[in-house]
Parts: sequence; structure tokens; C-alpha cells
Amino acid sequence: MSSLMQELNQSALDTGLPLSVHLDVTYRCNERCVHCYLDHDDHGEMTTAEIKDVLSQLADAGVLFLTLSGGEVLMRMDFFEILEHARALLFDVRIKTNAFMIREQEADRILELGVRSLQVSIYSHRPEVHDAITKLPGSLKRSIAGIRLLRSRGVKVIIANVLMRQNLSDYAGVKVLAQELGAEYTIDPTITPKMDGDRSIVGMGIGGNDLRQVFRNPELVGNVEEFCAPPPVVSDDVLDETPCSAGHTACYISPYGELFPCVQFPLPSGNVRTQKFIDIWRDSTQLKDVRSIRARDLPVCSTCSHVGTCTRCPGLAYMEGNMRGPSTQDCEKSFSRTGVVSANMILKAAARAKSGLVQIAGLPDSTATASTRTPAVYFDSSGTQSASV
Amino acid sequence: MNATYVARGTKLAGRKLKNQMIIMTARDSVLSSLNELGTAIWDAADGVTPLEEIVERKVCAEYDVDRAEALKDAEEFVQDLAGDGILIVSDQPIVTPPSGDKAGQSHATKAPEAAGGQPA
Repeated sequence: MSSLMQELNQSALDTGLPLSVHLDVTYRCNERCVHCYLDHDDHGEMTTAEIKDVLSQLADAGVLFLTLSGGEVLMRMDFFEILEHARALLFDVRIKTNAFMIREQEADRILELGVRSLQVSIYSHRPEVHDAITKLPGSLKRSIAGIRLLRSRGVKVIIANVLMRQNLSDYAGVKVLAQELGAEYTIDPTITPKMDGDRSIVGMGIGGNDLRQVFRNPELVGNVEEFCAPPPVVSDDVLDETPCSAGHTACYISPYGELFPCVQFPLPSGNVRTQKFIDIWRDSTQLKDVRSIRARDLPVCSTCSHVGTCTRCPGLAYMEGNMRGPSTQDCEKSFSRTGVVSANMILKAAARAKSGLVQIAGLPDSTATASTRTPAVYFDSSGTQSASV
Repeated sequence: MNATYVARGTKLAGRKLKNQMIIMTARDSVLSSLNELGTAIWDAADGVTPLEEIVERKVCAEYDVDRAEALKDAEEFVQDLAGDGILIVSDQPIVTPPSGDKAGQSHATKAPEAAGGQPA
């Protein structure tokens, strides 16, 4: 991250500036991905005028980084009108799309409008695997065609490869495909529960030994020794840190105007259809509650050796029942990465042992070689591996 | 000496925060910040107001600076930003800022020797 970006982030944090907003313009989609957390019916999306008004309010509030996503953004007939308005307001726009509906005309408009990047989910280089996940025959072929049109115009494309049991053996093929297309490549090993809390899809995700192997692949994580290093000794500074940007410098707005701290943190905090964005951002009781939380306030995680390096997502914790509690999926990631069990895992094992179900195994010494922090490669709030901002 | 005209680049994002313009270029994702004076020039870069007039109104009227020196600094400043695609510089009024790199390049035609020139 550049020093100016760090300065901007810190300034936003200090002044309560909403630097980044993720806006889903629709939940409708032409694909029906088996692991998707959304309900694709239209329950009354914001109109074009409503979205344009919200965008103007966001610009006035100081928002610079805007992610437009869905659903599939191009399911909205007015998408380019929305995008044009967003760019006229000088947002730095990133788009998440499956690229299925991107033809020459769409690619030209995206180039003309100066969109920073498009993120496209590709699950496999093999049509039979990718199309089985999207449940849309021909979707891999069309998505690749869309990506080619974008790349031929010099538009930046990032291929996001969600890893799950169905496609675990294909990430190397997707990476090669990304290279061939001139696209960046990221992996995402997290399957998130549905927005309504239904966790039935979480089991599709990889765990245990599979996750451990992914984290030890230098082609995916870079320096394995650094990436998988045991957590460093926890300092007081770490305990004073905020968990992530959700609600602090970033938030999420649904197609129905609902405002949440993050797309992965469905804590209802207001609705831009009935309130001004800035009023919600400044005065929402829920956002104030989220902002009050420091690592030392987390009853379990503050006692965990991973607290300074864990990717703990407060939204996933919230969906488990307590936004101050652990996020079990992130505990598993920390364990798979370092081999060091988390405080949450110890507590759960102890509870099971107390009931006579299991015997607790001895813990590895987590402080013996604790000298290196987790490197810059991390998993962001949507679980996407990133190497920079 | 020909007049210099400046317009804002089209492939960038930006927001004014605490009177300073923060700018992100789409081409290379480079983040830049303009100081108060730079932001004043950015604000006035409408493509039709000569740079000399911008300097007169936004710099000389507000700060105790030598007019020729201010214009020279401004010329260097806008050329520097044009190199990053943040501003478009031309010796002709830029009525409709073009979109796309191709058009941006064709308008960055300010003669380097004029940068050190004196106002008429």
C-alpha cells in the first residue's frame, strides 16, 4: 500500500470519512451459482433516480472508492446510466460482474468511462466444472469472451477464483487461463452464509487439509514461510486496533437501500430510501456500536495468539450470533495457515472434553519462533486474497 | 506567446477532502494529492480559461507572489500533471474534453519552451 493511501486511510479513520462504498445495484442474476449467498428475486430495487441521488449523496459525503456489484450488474437496463453518473461524480469505480453479457458495445463503454477494474468470478478452466457451479450452460465460454473484449481494450480484469470442494483441483488451470487472458488472479477460499443467516452453503467450502495445502502453495501465497509463520507475541497496540474497515471507513448499500457495515456484515443500520446517507453514517446506533469495538473488547479473540494476524471478519462473527465473538471460519484459516490452534478452538475442545466427548491434544508452542508478522498477502472482507489495497 | 489551456483528465477519479484534491488515475491506479494551490488550479481547469488568467485570479489575487514566477510554476505544474493524465494541456481551448488515452495524448501538445515564458 502506498504511503499516500495509508495516509488517506488513517485520515478517513480519524475523521469518520466514508472512503469506500460497495453498492449492489441488483440481486438479480443470470447465473445461479450453487454457493451464492443472495436471493435473486427482485423485492423492489431502487429506481434509477434513487440510485443517482444516493451516488450524489455519497460524493458529497467524501466517498472516493465505489464498487458496483450484484447480482449481475448488467441485469439492470439502466446500468450504464448509473455508471456514467458515478464517473461524472469522479468515483473510482470497480465493477464485479460475470462478464457474460459484455459484448463489443459494453466493453467500449466501460473503456470510455474509465472504470478502474472489473472482477470476474471464474470457477474452473473446464466448462463442465464452471458451468455446473453457475448452473448456466455456456457461461464459461461467454465469460471468457467478455474478458477478452475487455482486455483487448486494455481494461484491467481480475479473475476471482472461489475455491470449494467442487473445483478445488482446478485453481492451477484457472491461474494459467488468467495469465493467457492478461488478467490478474486471486483466490477466495471462503464460502459465506446466506444474507438471511442460512449456513447450509458453508459446507461447500474447503477446510482442513485442503486449506492447509492451498496456504502452502507458493504460487498462491508467495513466501510460504512468511505467510504461514506462527503469530507474533501480542502487543498492547494490537489490542487497540479496530477489527477492519467495515463501518469505520466503508459500508455496503443493498439494491433496496439498506445500509450495512459491509456486504458480509448484514447488521441493519439504516435505509437510504428514508434517510440521508450522511445522517445514517454519522448517527446510526448500529454503526456507532461497530465503531466502538477494539480488539481488546473481543472476549475470546483478545485472548488468542492470532489476534494480531487473524483475518477475523466481524460480519461472519455477527452471522454466527455475536459480532464481538470469533468467526469460526477465520479461526480455521488461522489454524490451517500456521498450525497454531485458536483460543476459540481451545474453548470449544474444552467444552467437548468437559462433556466427555474428546480429549484435548497438546498445543504447539506458539511463541517459540514468533518473530514474523503475516505478510502483505491477506484475505479481505469478501475473502478475496489481495496483495495491496 | 500562445495561451495555455487546461482541462481535467477524463480517466481519473477524485475527491476534494479538506480542501485538497485526491486523485486516482484509472490507467495505473496511482494516487496523487494536490495541495491547496494545485487544487485551485484543478478547480479552474475548465478547458477555456487561459492558464494565465487562472494564475492571476487564483494565485496572484490570493498570495503575495511574483506574477511571472507564479505563471512559470503553474506551467511546470500543469505539464507535470499532464504527463500523468491528470490534466489535459493545449494551446487551443479544450471545449469538449476528449475521452480515451488517444485523445488525451493528442491534446497534451503544450510546447515545452513556453513553460518558462513571461506573460504578455
